[in-house]
Amino acid sequence: MSDSRLKISNTDGVTLVEFIDRNILDEANIQAISEEITAVIESADIPKLLISFSNVDHLSSAALGALITINNKTREKSGQLHLANIDPQIYEVFVITRLNKLFNIHETTDEAQNAFAS
Amino acid sequence: MTDQHTQILNATKVILERNRDKIGALIDQILEHAKGQSFGDSSLFAIRLAIEEAITNAFEHGHEHLDPSLPIQVEYAVSETDIQIAVQDQGPGFSPADLPDPTLQENLSKPSGRGVMLMKAYMTDVAYNEKGNRVKLRFESPSL
Repeated sequence: MSDSRLKISNTDGVTLVEFIDRNILDEANIQAISEEITAVIESADIPKLLISFSNVDHLSSAALGALITINNKTREKSGQLHLANIDPQIYEVFVITRLNKLFNIHETTDEAQNAFAS
Repeated sequence: MTDQHTQILNATKVILERNRDKIGALIDQILEHAKGQSFGDSSLFAIRLAIEEAITNAFEHGHEHLDPSLPIQVEYAVSETDIQIAVQDQGPGFSPADLPDPTLQENLSKPSGRGVMLMKAYMTDVAYNEKGNRVKLRFESPSL
């Protein structure tokens, strides 16, 4: 996966996913990201996924759609998905679309990591 | 063909292929004009988001059953008071009024259907032509 657009690591059974790109807008990119995260979900018995947006400046509704699909797949396997480090301008997009009600959103990855334990 | 309320006077017109580099370059070019007219960071965020959604909708939905090599047309005009962008595809059009509300509880888990609502949320005005294959976005400078 030399052309991966993600940085994926594991800490205490939680898979941390970080984006390499600052803009998550391109349909082809979103598709590739979605497939890579789906592979992580499918390889886990009970997926525990933490997605950090620390590098992200822009995302599109297609990226939101991919996140929803990832959330649905995680729930199908009784797993957990938490989001963290979302820029205030992007968080506003979650609020406008009411997706802040659908996702577990935390200010920091540490806070999100603790939420898995509780 | 072009309904009056979606026209832009003295617009720069660009024929745009479905090519990410060209799409990105055009959006950057429009944003450079906006920066030149002192639109700030939050305005640029809103404008980029809305143009991205309009262009994605044109190719993804407008041209869904058409030859993928067909281009769309983008028009824009930037002034110190507002920025206007029109995106027109060659598809059959659609009725934006028929779109379901993506913020309803029963639609929150559906992965699509948020592009138009985001354009409306961030732009001052969003208008469609009668056929529904051309959208005009207008963003008024917050300093007015």
